[in-house]
Amino acid sequence: MEQSILADLKNAAKKSLKARDNELANAKMQLEILNGELFADGELPFFKDKIAETGQFPLRPKKLEILQINVGYMCNQVCNHCHVDAGPDRKEIMTRETMEQCLEVIRNTGAHTLDLTGGAPEMNPDFRWFVEEASKAGIQDFIVRSNLTIMLANKKYNDLPEFFKKHNVHVVSSMPHYTQGKTDKQRGDGVFDKSIKALQMLNEVGYGMPDSKLRLDLVYNPSGAFLPADQAAMEHDFKKALKADFNIDFHNLFAITNLPISRFLDYLIASDNYEDYMYSLVEAYNPAAVENVMCTNTISVSWDGWLYDCDFNQMLDLKVDSKVKHIKDYNDDVLSKRDIIISQHCYGCTAGAGSSCQGTVA
Amino acid sequence: MANSYYDPADLRKFGKITEWSEELGTKFFDYYGKVFEEGALSAREKSLIALAVAHVVKCPYCIDAYTKDGLQRGITKEEMMEAVHAGAAIESGATLVHGVQMMNKYDKLSM
Repeated sequence: MEQSILADLKNAAKKSLKARDNELANAKMQLEILNGELFADGELPFFKDKIAETGQFPLRPKKLEILQINVGYMCNQVCNHCHVDAGPDRKEIMTRETMEQCLEVIRNTGAHTLDLTGGAPEMNPDFRWFVEEASKAGIQDFIVRSNLTIMLANKKYNDLPEFFKKHNVHVVSSMPHYTQGKTDKQRGDGVFDKSIKALQMLNEVGYGMPDSKLRLDLVYNPSGAFLPADQAAMEHDFKKALKADFNIDFHNLFAITNLPISRFLDYLIASDNYEDYMYSLVEAYNPAAVENVMCTNTISVSWDGWLYDCDFNQMLDLKVDSKVKHIKDYNDDVLSKRDIIISQHCYGCTAGAGSSCQGTVA
Repeated sequence: MANSYYDPADLRKFGKITEWSEELGTKFFDYYGKVFEEGALSAREKSLIALAVAHVVKCPYCIDAYTKDGLQRGITKEEMMEAVHAGAAIESGATLVHGVQMMNKYDKLSM
């Protein structure tokens, strides 16, 4: 790779695209690339035309099962593949007022899963208050997506495992590989050791143990321009290695495909992998995955209360195509009649066994 | 026509060989797919064998394909390089073992 590209990628490890004034921080620019010549010239089919082949266009929501709330883009890490473009320099943080509006919806929704994400959700100053209030709503599965290293980033976060346990939170954590080199390359130097320590802390309070009700799942994202392998095989390899090397237990591994947006898109273009990657996604297209793609059972809420079909559409600033666009006006019935907004990034969720925030779908 | 014998983009077109001989092409891809399924050997082990052979037969398309396949399977670079050395050792051994033929011939022709 050329030196300048390496320098760019190294720089990427320190600041968000937004802080670097990178043009890909702009959602419109990303959509322009996703609608660009590779598809416009007919070399590859538009996602819309692909799903139309099997009568799946327009994509419509089914019963709402998951309410995913992004409580802010601030994060202690700056991962190369981050689709949120999160980092310490991001100031978008959900206010308590918006959280109150979310709680109102959480109390009344039929969704069985509440999924808090970020950034590092724990960095929101009202995070603990929000978790305490939300846990009273009696949601069946209450997920917090934790990057693990936050538990060691500052003393005030050291008791997070106990806090999660107290509120019966289901912890879902990123872990790109069971070896140090790959993890640190994607997520930053030192991330692997801290993640291992945090997983051990979670195990100590009972998370992830074979018969424990305290759920601890890991998320695997490929650290590069390739697709994830079979989820069960990866889970087997992760379990074997983490147990043998660090005596770590966890429940399930979710294999998630990196979508070609934000910092991962920037990486694909800078490393001259964009075209090949899009080909890989389209070649691996699986209509069975379209049937259960996560936007059909999820609503994503941004830090400022806007509603989206998924977290990826949130980052592309594609608000739901409905009269109801904000959490303050939330209405299950009205939202259930919308068409889901799609573009070429959607191929990321329909490749192979499919991909969602809960892992494979087909 | 391309002015190079190898174009990385041609790998994506591999499936098109079926267009000029559907029966043989389809039989080949069915066989190929079956070979790499889980069996007495795991798909992971077969991927490493394919990577080693790709180097021995010096097929740039196969090297690209099985490096990516290995990454997807979580195979480490250390494992990949060991596989390449296994292939290289057999290939160099295959050259060197002919040295015995050379020795035999030398001895036969010498007084």
